[in-house]
Amino acid sequence: MLVVTLIVVSIGGLVEIVPLYYLDSTVEKVRGMRPYTPLELVGRNIYIREGCYNCHSQMVRSLRDEVDRYGHYSLAAESMYDHPFQWGSKRTGPDLARVGGRYSDDWHREHLIRPKNVVPESIMPGYPFLQERPAELDAVEADLRANAALGVPYTEEMIANARADAAAQADPESDGAEAVMARYPKAQVRDFDGNPDMVSEMDAMIAYLQMLGTLVDFDAFRAEGEALR
Amino acid sequence: MVGSSGRPDETPTTGHEWDGITEFNNPLPRWWLWTFYATVLWAVAYWIAMPAWPLVEGYTRGLLGYSQRAVVAGQVADRDAMQARYVERIAAASLEEIAADPELLSFALAGGRSAYAVNCSQCHGSGAEGAVGYPNLNDDDWLWGGSLEAIAYTIRHGVRNESDESRYSEMPAYGRDGFLEPEQIVAVVRYVLSLSAGGDGPAAGEGADIFAEQCSICHGEDGRGSVDLGAPNLTDAIWLFGGDYESVLAQVQNSRGGVMPAWGERLPPETIKQLAIYVHALGGGT
Repeated sequence: MLVVTLIVVSIGGLVEIVPLYYLDSTVEKVRGMRPYTPLELVGRNIYIREGCYNCHSQMVRSLRDEVDRYGHYSLAAESMYDHPFQWGSKRTGPDLARVGGRYSDDWHREHLIRPKNVVPESIMPGYPFLQERPAELDAVEADLRANAALGVPYTEEMIANARADAAAQADPESDGAEAVMARYPKAQVRDFDGNPDMVSEMDAMIAYLQMLGTLVDFDAFRAEGEALR
Repeated sequence: MVGSSGRPDETPTTGHEWDGITEFNNPLPRWWLWTFYATVLWAVAYWIAMPAWPLVEGYTRGLLGYSQRAVVAGQVADRDAMQARYVERIAAASLEEIAADPELLSFALAGGRSAYAVNCSQCHGSGAEGAVGYPNLNDDDWLWGGSLEAIAYTIRHGVRNESDESRYSEMPAYGRDGFLEPEQIVAVVRYVLSLSAGGDGPAAGEGADIFAEQCSICHGEDGRGSVDLGAPNLTDAIWLFGGDYESVLAQVQNSRGGVMPAWGERLPPETIKQLAIYVHALGGGT
């Protein structure tokens, strides 16, 4: 009886799960998606470490009011390099899937240090320590390698330069800044936290937030006919 | 055998017996059974009507061809169609014409309010009350001018962003870059504070001289500022970065300037117009 139950449940599971791996329509073909830059990846790790996902989702649902407020609904392709994805269903704060470019770096810094400074009614806690802690860049090469093992298309060149790229993205004056932009199209190279002396966790966090939802070329996506489903 | 319920023998039992206790084998209630059959039928119908089964390539799309993405696209198109008669007139009209037409004005105010809540409230506040570094939009004190046109331009092109048409002003960092000595800065800060203090009017002395030399080019000889240069009025006791001694000192020392995105690159021109109408209604002037 137990064995038969197992077989039945397995077939049910396989029928539901396996097609997601081979069907083309699971993940749309889009233009513009690239893996995270090393600095963005460090920021993403801080995002996960601080539990931002407990209050913020990263998926714009295909509902009219969501689309009006946040922009184009999220595509599966937009989280195809996420391990793990940050879709979420708990929204104490707003969805962040398209927060990139909406606010200035200054705003993000002020807001992360003490949200009430810019949004008096906010109940989000402050993260002032991000500004003072240096970002952990030593582990980023291994992190890229782990992501590559999971299928994220990081090249050997990207992995070898990971640490240098992470530092260069926060320093537009550096020699490596152009290399970052060449390796990672649409990468934003700035001193995100306004402190040129240190690549802080604030740099990494803002670099990550400022790229969210900015990669996919939606004009091309629409022009090629929307994958309706 | 007659059970304790007093039922007659005809009711069949399941045949199980535990310590002399047997179990009746009553049929399932009809309503339950028919509901069960109905759900099975519903499932089959659903497979046929809706997207359901994965195939080798693609999946069964269902006879109804349902797609949530198509539903959203339809809802957005319906909404746009309903608003089109106003939006088209707003696109064609000048800001003054919109403000003069009660019907367009009320539409623009409502549309501007919701666009403000989505795009502007995070910095300027949900009540447009501003925050340190982010201007209050309710007072009639405008860095770049409070007319309809000036507000629309600021929204469209933003402030200190990467766009070529962006509004741009930069105050020198008198302390950090060593333009003034520390004691000169203290003197000029005292003078600037006295401009807004009322009472006997601005204090004379070293601060006034330095102000006339360094600051009046942008802020004006009387300190009333200039909307053409984006230089704040220093005499109205309204402060962007705080009006206490430390805040003004910090501003003269290091100079900060906020950034506003060029919304014309993200929002359609009709929405910019509605936003301008709405913001002008909050605290706009001429």
